[in-house]
Amino acid sequence: MKKYLKFIYIGIVVLFLYLPIIALVVLSFNESKSMSVFSGFSLKWYEEMFSNRMIMQAVINTFTIAITASVTATIIGTFAAVGIDGMKTKQQNLILGFNNIPLLNADIVTGIALLLTFLMFGISLNWGTVYLAHVTFCIPYVILSVRPRVNKSVNTLYEAALDLGASRFYAFVKIVLPELRPGILAGLLLSFTMSVDDFVITHFTRGAGINTISTLIYSQVKVGIRPSLFALSTIIFALVLVMLLLVNFLSKGRKESVIY
Amino acid sequence: MTYKKSLAVPFIIWILAGTIIPIGAIAYYGLTDRNENFTLENVLAIGDSVHLQALWLSVLLALISTVICFLIAYPLAIIMRNSNLGKRGFMIFLFILPMWMNFLLRTMAWQVLLEKNGVINGVLETIGLPALEIINTPAAVVLGMVYDFLPFMILPIYNVMSKIDDSVIEAAYDLGASTSKVITKIYLPLSIPGIVSGINMVFIPSLTTFVISNMLGGGKINLIGNIIEQEFTVSSNWNLGSGLSLVMMLFIIVSMIFLERFDKTGEDSFI
Repeated sequence: MKKYLKFIYIGIVVLFLYLPIIALVVLSFNESKSMSVFSGFSLKWYEEMFSNRMIMQAVINTFTIAITASVTATIIGTFAAVGIDGMKTKQQNLILGFNNIPLLNADIVTGIALLLTFLMFGISLNWGTVYLAHVTFCIPYVILSVRPRVNKSVNTLYEAALDLGASRFYAFVKIVLPELRPGILAGLLLSFTMSVDDFVITHFTRGAGINTISTLIYSQVKVGIRPSLFALSTIIFALVLVMLLLVNFLSKGRKESVIY
Repeated sequence: MTYKKSLAVPFIIWILAGTIIPIGAIAYYGLTDRNENFTLENVLAIGDSVHLQALWLSVLLALISTVICFLIAYPLAIIMRNSNLGKRGFMIFLFILPMWMNFLLRTMAWQVLLEKNGVINGVLETIGLPALEIINTPAAVVLGMVYDFLPFMILPIYNVMSKIDDSVIEAAYDLGASTSKVITKIYLPLSIPGIVSGINMVFIPSLTTFVISNMLGGGKINLIGNIIEQEFTVSSNWNLGSGLSLVMMLFIIVSMIFLERFDKTGEDSFI
């Protein structure tokens, strides 16, 4: 009896989480524009989506920004995680405190703050400002993932390599980086998803005419939702599903899972 | 021999330019008027009835969604904790997956469901039930908040729960404790760090959102986030927008300090 109750409870929550997604997927194959009647199977909204230049440009923008910003953030964040370890505890705490600000602050405040800064320095809003903003909020996630890996055993190995005559650069590349790799990968993946998913900060720092998937949806919803957006949702959901399954599958062999 | 501190230099520059200066910019704009003279007017503008009402509604809706999220997530975390490892992984996967979908698409999905001619009303009509009219009401906004932020409550609580030693719970049962006693005397006190970070991760985004209220409130529900956003995008009154943002930041800081006091072992919280 108790087991059934548990099962039903989980079932209800899962239904609550997935019902909206299932609705979008079903409607994306609907022949008519109606949101309440399914009149027949059709792929025309997918056609419309792929031939819509605005949607395609938004998809391209989203991914170019996410890739460049997450790679930049990962490089800066990884070096920082190592560099911070060489500092005194007081300095470390100070810097990590500042690192936490974008994580804890509300997105709307971060977005506005960056907007004001760009305008104060006379930087006009465009693709570049979105990129800079995304790097800013991605770096803390990288540091959060990489820093726990910079531990005593890595440091001892690094010192041993130096004692044996390795140059700092050689020891860093051959000893430290391989040890940090899982953390770096997790940071990269986390930044990438955060960047793809971001709306609020992009909303404030984008210039006119630059759209990511999120900002495009926001402006489209105001004029009226077109089913081509359902097609886009379905494709995104399928991609996320495949990616998560892959990551889960790949990390099965190892102890630490990359996501979460 | 340790690492060179200079490796962190690009990061420190980035903190300066991307975090410290921007927050200074908000403070500067918030505390000056259009002619760059010092004033407290923008901050005190929170006392205007429109702003006060929006702030009150934001706090109220955020509180309601946080409580609902907690009530849904807590039993779930206990169930997950007590199931075997293979099932756990699958359940985490199920609860994480929607979180990775675009936030705007998820909110849009609820609009599609709740709309006057939307999915739910279509289904209700075919089975002959009266239509549901909650779109553009605070209830729809709360629903959207719960949907968007529920995983942020489930994960930290589960995370802490999974670390509770089985033997502690077995001992309690062996000594004759009832299930409700085990929940209130064992699970609850031991999972406080997770609850605290869960509350933070649901309350603050709910309090500051303007997207959910805009999409599911149909422009009729004005939260403090909507007011600030409009000052920047519509009215271009950056000084007022910044002043109100300062008030909002104050609220965030106060709620964090408040929660921190409950969380003495904050070290292993989610963030």
